Amino acid sequence: MDTGDTAWVLASAALVLLMTPGLALFYGGMVRAKSVLNMMMMSFGALALISVLWVLYGYSMAFGNDVGGGLTGSPFEFFGLSKLLGTEGIDKGFAATHLVFTIPALAFVAFQAVFAIITVALISGAIADRTRFGPWMVFSGIWATIVYFPVAHWVFAFDGAQSKTGGWIANKLLAIDFAGGTAVHINAGAAGLALALVLGKRVGWKRDPMRPHNLPLVMIGAGLLWFGWFGFNAGSALSANGQAAEVWVTTMVATGAAALGWLLVERIRDGHATSLGAASGVVAGLVAITPSCSSVTPLGAIAVGALAGVLCALAVGLKFKLGFDDSLDVVGVHLVGGLWGTIAVGFFASASTTAGVDGLFYGGGVDQLWRQAVGALAVLTYSFVLTYVIGLAIQKTIGFRLDKEAEVEGIDGVEHAESAYDFATAGGGGRALTSTIAGAPAQADRDRDGARGVNA
Amino acid sequence: MKLVTAVIKPHKWEEVREALETFGVTGMTVSEVSGYGRQKGHTEVYRGAEYDIALVPKVRIEIVVDEADVEDVVGIVVKTAQTGRIGDGKVWVLPVDSVVRVRTGDRDEAAL
Repeated sequence: MDTGDTAWVLASAALVLLMTPGLALFYGGMVRAKSVLNMMMMSFGALALISVLWVLYGYSMAFGNDVGGGLTGSPFEFFGLSKLLGTEGIDKGFAATHLVFTIPALAFVAFQAVFAIITVALISGAIADRTRFGPWMVFSGIWATIVYFPVAHWVFAFDGAQSKTGGWIANKLLAIDFAGGTAVHINAGAAGLALALVLGKRVGWKRDPMRPHNLPLVMIGAGLLWFGWFGFNAGSALSANGQAAEVWVTTMVATGAAALGWLLVERIRDGHATSLGAASGVVAGLVAITPSCSSVTPLGAIAVGALAGVLCALAVGLKFKLGFDDSLDVVGVHLVGGLWGTIAVGFFASASTTAGVDGLFYGGGVDQLWRQAVGALAVLTYSFVLTYVIGLAIQKTIGFRLDKEAEVEGIDGVEHAESAYDFATAGGGGRALTSTIAGAPAQADRDRDGARGVNA
Repeated sequence: MKLVTAVIKPHKWEEVREALETFGVTGMTVSEVSGYGRQKGHTEVYRGAEYDIALVPKVRIEIVVDEADVEDVVGIVVKTAQTGRIGDGKVWVLPVDSVVRVRTGDRDEAAL
């Protein structure tokens, strides 16, 4: 066991965990004031639920030995994680029986858990303002189980790291997806598209101005995502080494270049560089550099990032042309950015990086390019089809979408019985129900309630 | 007594208040409102999607004044709030039947 590696991976896991609350702010600021709490709750709900499922059987499905001809890992192999505990070496100041590379298996469990959480949370951006919370939670659990855990197995389970037989994309296809362009972003993006189609358009879509209610929240969210993403990418080295440093730098520079690319498109096309454009460009760059961060040079990362910013800025307009209400552009940013970043490895990979592979532009021919394309298309297709089926099944059984009247009134009040902002100096015209706040109501309240026939 | 209501550009509000105080107006009710007239709204662009935002922010001032001061007060507001550009706002005057000062119970002119 290496204590330096372990410290870095544990710290990275905490960084990545913060990305989900960051995403909640990023998404929450973009919706209207009447739906910000529900938007944030979809992220927090995923955070709560997936952390439990991950410990129960999720990790095992992703990193257990193949079952079902390689479709997924065995859900029973590490069920509940007890098998990964150990006291060996406790007298030497550490305790770990099971190692994944140079770190305790449970550090790897922690790091991979937060990837599963944010992938589920990412989908929620496509279905803002109109999704009932209970069915969203049901969807989250089913989707993680039959879509994310298997796909994470394909992409992240290397033979021999945790169990003998890992996933086909990582070990047979040899596509390079360093931190999850396929498993996280293409996966969530395709799922978002499928759910946006199942749930349909919001009331007033294309007619009412559905502008962001709080852009500073969006900027804070984008900042937290960028910060956490250093754990996401550089932590994926699973070691505090040169590769982690290399990846840190490509992650920084691609993101900066993408923000510039997005702003340039806006300046030329719309006349103004916007704060929403800067925040969106940051996320588009982070998405695109996620699969490619270990295989492109710092200069290559600038190209990958800048092109991601331009491509995604153009792609977010597609929904208006094609007519699907992907409310916060999960498709335009995560699917398009994830596809671009994954394919970009085939073009921009350089053998001078730790990935050690040349792409088309570096004299490596098309060998890596087709591997990347196959991996990307496999995840896209699997995720889209299964998500569509899960979504439809939920809609036809327990119902998925809020009724139209409640949607217009505002989902926060209807689904959570809360309002995000209270600016009313006169208390909003309400009165505290004292029996629930202070126990027994004060005598004066009792008298008044009695007189009015109120049963507080 | 008359109720003078003025809807003006927000950046003119401080100047208008100073001018009215100099004249001798001792109080007023002010609210931040939104609306539109000939000025119409403006365009905002979010991720390339253009929105026509019809409502423009304005400040509404309400003052109850003595019959004799109406023309002066209206004149001061118009003169101070004027920029000559579209969207400067409106001032209108309505009759007021009676006024009561809540603290003392004083009525009408004594309550102004």
